[in-house]
Amino acid sequence: MSYREGSVVAYFLQQLVNGVTLGSVYGLIALGYTMVYGIIGMINFAHGEIYMIGAFVAVIGFTLFAGVPLVLALLLVLILATLVTGFYGWTLERVAYRPLRGSFRLAPLIAAIGMSIFLQNYVQLAQGARIKPVPPKIEGGLTLLVQEGFAARVSYLQICILLLTLLLMAALTWMIHGTSFGRQQRACEQDKVMAALLGVNVDRTISMTFVTGAILAAVAGVLVTLYYGVVDFFIGFLAGVKAFTAAVLGGIGSIPGAMVGGLLIGLIEAFWAGYFSTEWKDVAAFSILVIVLIFRPSGIFGRPEVEKV
Amino acid sequence: MSEAVPSLSAPPLLKVEHLSMRFGGLLAVDDVSFHAQDGEITAIIGPNGAGKTTVFNCLTGFYRPTSGRCALRHRDGSEVLLERYESYQISRRGRVARTFQNVRLFPRMTVLENLLVAQHKMLMRASWWTVGGIFNLPGYRRASAYAVERACHYLELVELLPRADDEAGELPYGAQRRLEIARAICADPVLLCLDEPAAGLNPSESNELRELLRKLREDEKIGILLIEHDMSVVMGISDHIVVLDHGSKIAEGVPQAVAANPRVIAAYLGEEESDEEATGNGASGGAKGNGASNGATSGGATGSGASNEATDKGVES
Repeated sequence: MSYREGSVVAYFLQQLVNGVTLGSVYGLIALGYTMVYGIIGMINFAHGEIYMIGAFVAVIGFTLFAGVPLVLALLLVLILATLVTGFYGWTLERVAYRPLRGSFRLAPLIAAIGMSIFLQNYVQLAQGARIKPVPPKIEGGLTLLVQEGFAARVSYLQICILLLTLLLMAALTWMIHGTSFGRQQRACEQDKVMAALLGVNVDRTISMTFVTGAILAAVAGVLVTLYYGVVDFFIGFLAGVKAFTAAVLGGIGSIPGAMVGGLLIGLIEAFWAGYFSTEWKDVAAFSILVIVLIFRPSGIFGRPEVEKV
Repeated sequence: MSEAVPSLSAPPLLKVEHLSMRFGGLLAVDDVSFHAQDGEITAIIGPNGAGKTTVFNCLTGFYRPTSGRCALRHRDGSEVLLERYESYQISRRGRVARTFQNVRLFPRMTVLENLLVAQHKMLMRASWWTVGGIFNLPGYRRASAYAVERACHYLELVELLPRADDEAGELPYGAQRRLEIARAICADPVLLCLDEPAAGLNPSESNELRELLRKLREDEKIGILLIEHDMSVVMGISDHIVVLDHGSKIAEGVPQAVAANPRVIAAYLGEEESDEEATGNGASGGAKGNGASNGATSGGATGSGASNEATDKGVES
């Protein structure tokens, strides 16, 4: 893809499509960071690894369901991935974070970094260090605009990613504002002691928050596996840090913030890669993190008085 | 503790028996026993540091009492031991609700949502632990509608219905206090523990609170335990008063009897302490007076006179 004089609009459109796709995946992962931060005020640095495990489950799942029709296989893989990663998320909280609750602030943070390294190495040992390819499953697409020989295309997979992300984000928003579980989450976020006295099982609510975050990350993992077609044990780190950047940009602790932040990071990365240099796209994303932390640490939607971790 | 049993024939709602709570060397609650009845307001009063809030904390799972038991009778006649529950089990299994001395609403949730959190157990079951809630199934919708209706009933009772959709943190202080009580009632307790509900209220708000508590006692048929410093509230609405001082129960009975009890008056006015204080002041005043008179050699007659007087007084007492 190269930038040509005559195809300005088509080229721009293509970057937009790519950016939104990438951004929705970052948004899904960022939601896990922001929800966990909201409820217990810690950054779960192992969340990227949960996403990586979701991607590996997708690889295994697609191999397992090779003979099954595509739509059914996709559904089965999604269910398998959410179950497995949900379990990992629950275990992670139970084993590494709950025993440290009430300890000094840095303790769970250090535990998170430890768990991140542990999960990476564990997957490396169990699955090997080599890149795992996944043959493309959803092919084809729509041509949006052809200009001077440059065609802006949106693939069916990209449409799939967008729709699924939108659906999940809508479901999550409804869950938090319209269901009893969401109210419990918000109650725990604001006053755990009082929530407990009203009968809310705070520990279980926190566990389920981890599980919810892990489920969203799992879906992101499955989608990315399909999108890029390659998975290795180290993808969780970069995706995790970028999603974390997205969560900080949107305002950590804020659900709409994570969605918007993810979208912005995806767009920034896509446009940077499209107009400047592919090699520097990570630098662009992390520069945003530094700039946000310096000039607006509470992010776009964040409440400024937050003083945690 | 035979005097603890009131003359009513009904078995007591709450039986606190030989409750003690020790923190290291401090015995915060020392062998306290009392009963509370259904449909009555039982006030726990006493000077600061008497152990009132500690009793509440023992009843609501915050502290595990060093010894003693707190038995609560439920409406089906079964009896539960409150000291065995964690604080998150107190609401559902113990059916006890409480408020704190300071306002502890969920400030960034709406007034209505605050009351819905208190009913979440029923909603969770109706929503199949959220799965049905996400898809907004009819069962969950019905349960939600019921919960909202119940919440509105209590909002009306505390005169906050028009503000149902405002954020709780935006309400004026007095309204926040009333909302806390409504939220506690929404959790469907048989025993409601209110820790200084009148603290920080102006006289007219405090009057409203009195009316509210009277109404709750009559309509809800629950037992109310009340810690309160505002004597106009305590004397006006309590059916039964328990007086604590330095962790022990020093008196118990109907308001008039308690108000007339010399030990209560002593504890409140601090007879012994105030005497000691006077002596201490006298002595130190005397010493100071002497010092001053020694320093002022050129004899301020009044000064030395005063110092003598003070010294005398100190010696006398």
